[in-house]
Amino acid sequence: MAYTEDDLKKELETKEYEYGFYTDIESDTLPVGLNEDIVRAISKKKEEPEWMTEWRLEAFRAWQEMEEPEWANVHYQKPDFQNISYYSAPNKKPKYDSLDEVDPELLDTFKKLGISIDEQKKLAGVAVDVVMDSVSVTTTFKKTLAEKGIIFCSISEAIKEHPELVKKYIGSVVPKKDNFYAALNSAVFSDGSFCYIPKGVRCPMELSTYFRINQAGTGQFERTLVIADESSYVSYLEGCTAPMRDENQLHAAVVELIALDNAEIKYSTVQNWFPGGKDGKGGVFNFVTKRGLCEKNAKISWTQVETGSAVTWKYPSCVLKGDNSVGEFYSIAVTNNYQQADTGTKMIHLGKNTRSTIISKGISAGKSQNSYRGLVQINPRAENARNFSQCDSLLMGNACGAHTFPYIEAKNKTAKVEHEATTSKIGEDQIFYCNQRGIDTEKAIALIVNGFSKEVLNKLPMEFAVEAQKLLEISLEGSVG
Amino acid sequence: MELKDKLVSSFLAFDEQYQVDDDVQQIRNQAIKDFETLGFPSRKEEAWKYTSLKSALKHDYSIFPKKEDAIEYTQIKKYLNHDIDTYDLVFIDGIYSSHLSNTTHDKIDVCLMSSALNKDKFKPVIDNYFNKLAPKNGLNALNTAFTKEGAYIHIHKNIMADKPIQIINFSTGNESSLLLQPRNLIVVDENSHVQIIEKHQSLTDHPVLTNSVTEIFADRRAIVDYYKIQNDKETSSLIDNTFIEQKDESNCSVHTFSFGGNLTRNNLNFYQKGERIDSTLKGVTIIEGKQHVDHNTLVHHIYPNCESHQDYKGIFSDKSVGVFNGKVVVEKEAQKTNAYQSNNNILVDDKATINSKPQLEIFADDVRCSHGCTIGQLDEDALFYLQSRGIPRKEARGLLMYAFANNVLESVKIPEIKKRINNLIAEKLGIELGFNL
Repeated sequence: MAYTEDDLKKELETKEYEYGFYTDIESDTLPVGLNEDIVRAISKKKEEPEWMTEWRLEAFRAWQEMEEPEWANVHYQKPDFQNISYYSAPNKKPKYDSLDEVDPELLDTFKKLGISIDEQKKLAGVAVDVVMDSVSVTTTFKKTLAEKGIIFCSISEAIKEHPELVKKYIGSVVPKKDNFYAALNSAVFSDGSFCYIPKGVRCPMELSTYFRINQAGTGQFERTLVIADESSYVSYLEGCTAPMRDENQLHAAVVELIALDNAEIKYSTVQNWFPGGKDGKGGVFNFVTKRGLCEKNAKISWTQVETGSAVTWKYPSCVLKGDNSVGEFYSIAVTNNYQQADTGTKMIHLGKNTRSTIISKGISAGKSQNSYRGLVQINPRAENARNFSQCDSLLMGNACGAHTFPYIEAKNKTAKVEHEATTSKIGEDQIFYCNQRGIDTEKAIALIVNGFSKEVLNKLPMEFAVEAQKLLEISLEGSVG
Repeated sequence: MELKDKLVSSFLAFDEQYQVDDDVQQIRNQAIKDFETLGFPSRKEEAWKYTSLKSALKHDYSIFPKKEDAIEYTQIKKYLNHDIDTYDLVFIDGIYSSHLSNTTHDKIDVCLMSSALNKDKFKPVIDNYFNKLAPKNGLNALNTAFTKEGAYIHIHKNIMADKPIQIINFSTGNESSLLLQPRNLIVVDENSHVQIIEKHQSLTDHPVLTNSVTEIFADRRAIVDYYKIQNDKETSSLIDNTFIEQKDESNCSVHTFSFGGNLTRNNLNFYQKGERIDSTLKGVTIIEGKQHVDHNTLVHHIYPNCESHQDYKGIFSDKSVGVFNGKVVVEKEAQKTNAYQSNNNILVDDKATINSKPQLEIFADDVRCSHGCTIGQLDEDALFYLQSRGIPRKEARGLLMYAFANNVLESVKIPEIKKRINNLIAEKLGIELGFNL
């Protein structure tokens, strides 16, 4: 029997979450609820200096005044912020010198994820700062990086060891009062990554971090700060999977990128958190604030593959402050079953001759809703600013939805802004064309979907491409070859 | 006193002065209650994010204009179309001017809302269609509450209206500031055809705010062509709310030409209640100074095999602000929909602003929907080409802009209107064409 789109749809619907497992590691968890004492306790546990505690408290007080945003095109049961434990760390601290010392169960977890640390260490040349339930467990290749003067560590370590850098840049791109979830994160962030590339250094390897949400009922509040000093280059990868849970888990991360003059940052994300069951039960809430600041001639490039999470609310943005700076955004968002994604980007053109490119591909299947929401703002000073946006949506089945909400604001006559969006399904004629040439329907769909997302997949670093495809397969098995 | 409070408190006096039958009165009573709760829209609302009504609402508008002023034909001569024979509905300060109008009841009804609301003959139509389409919001409720006058057009089954119908609203400036609320109802029965031209014109520099609501019903296989010409003084503001319901195989098009006015907001909604419907929304905006034009469109695709085409062009000079907020909704049932939306803009000066928000909300999979939006400048190469052939730069710019705006004109079906708008565009851009379309 021929493999049809209906079969694919059925397969997509019945496909269970493969990476749903739960590692039994004793965790050091704070009591549930949120108040100033908890914020102080987190700060104390992290052995943070006074200024950091104050910073957190300020954010917390601001957060209390704020209201949860409701403008996004998503519907969900709002999380009860007093019913979350804001800190959970694997118990068997502190640092390991070699892999042998690492909890074997943890190693097992990574094996299931297909990111064997040994393999990556040896073959891929990727330094992995593994974050499991918020605390950095192991950092590899630190030495190699240290020789170049690159600092790559957990943010709590950076607060202790490089306070001058952290103090200067934290909250400079995403202010602690920026929005509801950013404020929450600023108050309670447990850990995250910190990266500093010194002047003129080209980071010799891809830096990557893996996040896992593990402990039941634990909110994950990552904080990432990447600083590329003048004329430096770094490619940063971030990937995530989470075990199967019935109750909704909240993830409110903040990522700040700072690209100083002539620097370039490439930030790639593969996100595959538990999307919720076939009936729409459970799943991760992903409310993330990501923003980058470009100084003169700098470039920031966001690439994301979003396949997981029940609700996604994420807009990696670029503030193009310096003249001649460049912002890029490449995204694939796949939603299935009852998943909802409201994702896109903001390109704020402030400097002269700034350029930005937005390529967004949305694939919706099942009963999911996939929205693109983007802002392109050309400010009066931004002479000769240039933007190109393209948003394509692919619909599979008639129970899902694809939406586009672009906001375009131009206040300079020299601005050139183009926006294009299309929505379609896989054409019968396209499949027929492939069939005609001896390609069966399953392969044809794979080919077409692959081609549809290729522009974005191509932007992923080589080392990551395999992982990305693996994660894509979970959502769209049989259609990505 | 705030304008809102003033309006609410003068409703009773209005209600007594302009009596209508009970059903309509009930609608009006309900509407004033709705307005009281909803009020005027603010920028906090997503649909009004880029347009503030503040500048339009600040005046102390008079709600009860004095009786019709004897307006001289010569005063308004230049605003009328002489080259075509039309039915005319002329309103002066919101009051019908019989000596300037030309109405009919022969096969088609071209008459007044006030008489339609009071005569038994029209009651079935009013019952069926009046206030059935306008969504509940502050501005619509306000207009509904103060319903008294406007155009009533009913084209009966299998009739082709023999000439276009013109609706012209003049304001004389007898009042220091005036609020006008025309209410139009247009019903086009099966297999009928009508062409309508609508204009608002103030004759003095006194501020005028027009909050107009037009409901259009196009039955099966009806054809409706609607042209809105907005070329008013810089002191007058216009909020135009037009709602169109289409049945199977009907074909409706609305062309909006916005060349002037202080603040112009066009709320244009199409509801496709049948199959194989074609809807066209086109517009040209050429403004300067501190003018503000906002096009807010909605096309709601509810049934399969329908099409919609949107094409809005804008040229913005000085400190003018342009807004385009277009939304296409394709419901689950509306398979095989073909929706096209395009918004192209040219910013001429540094202080000009354009805010564009073309949105798609799609719930059906077998559809072809696309939208495009551009903001850019004139092609330097094209300018050079023209200059190298002896055309001065200023004129070359004008010609290129003319060409940019012109393709919206192609679908205008009344040649005289096409010519008139063609000349208006040329005049706006300061070029001499030396040819007529």
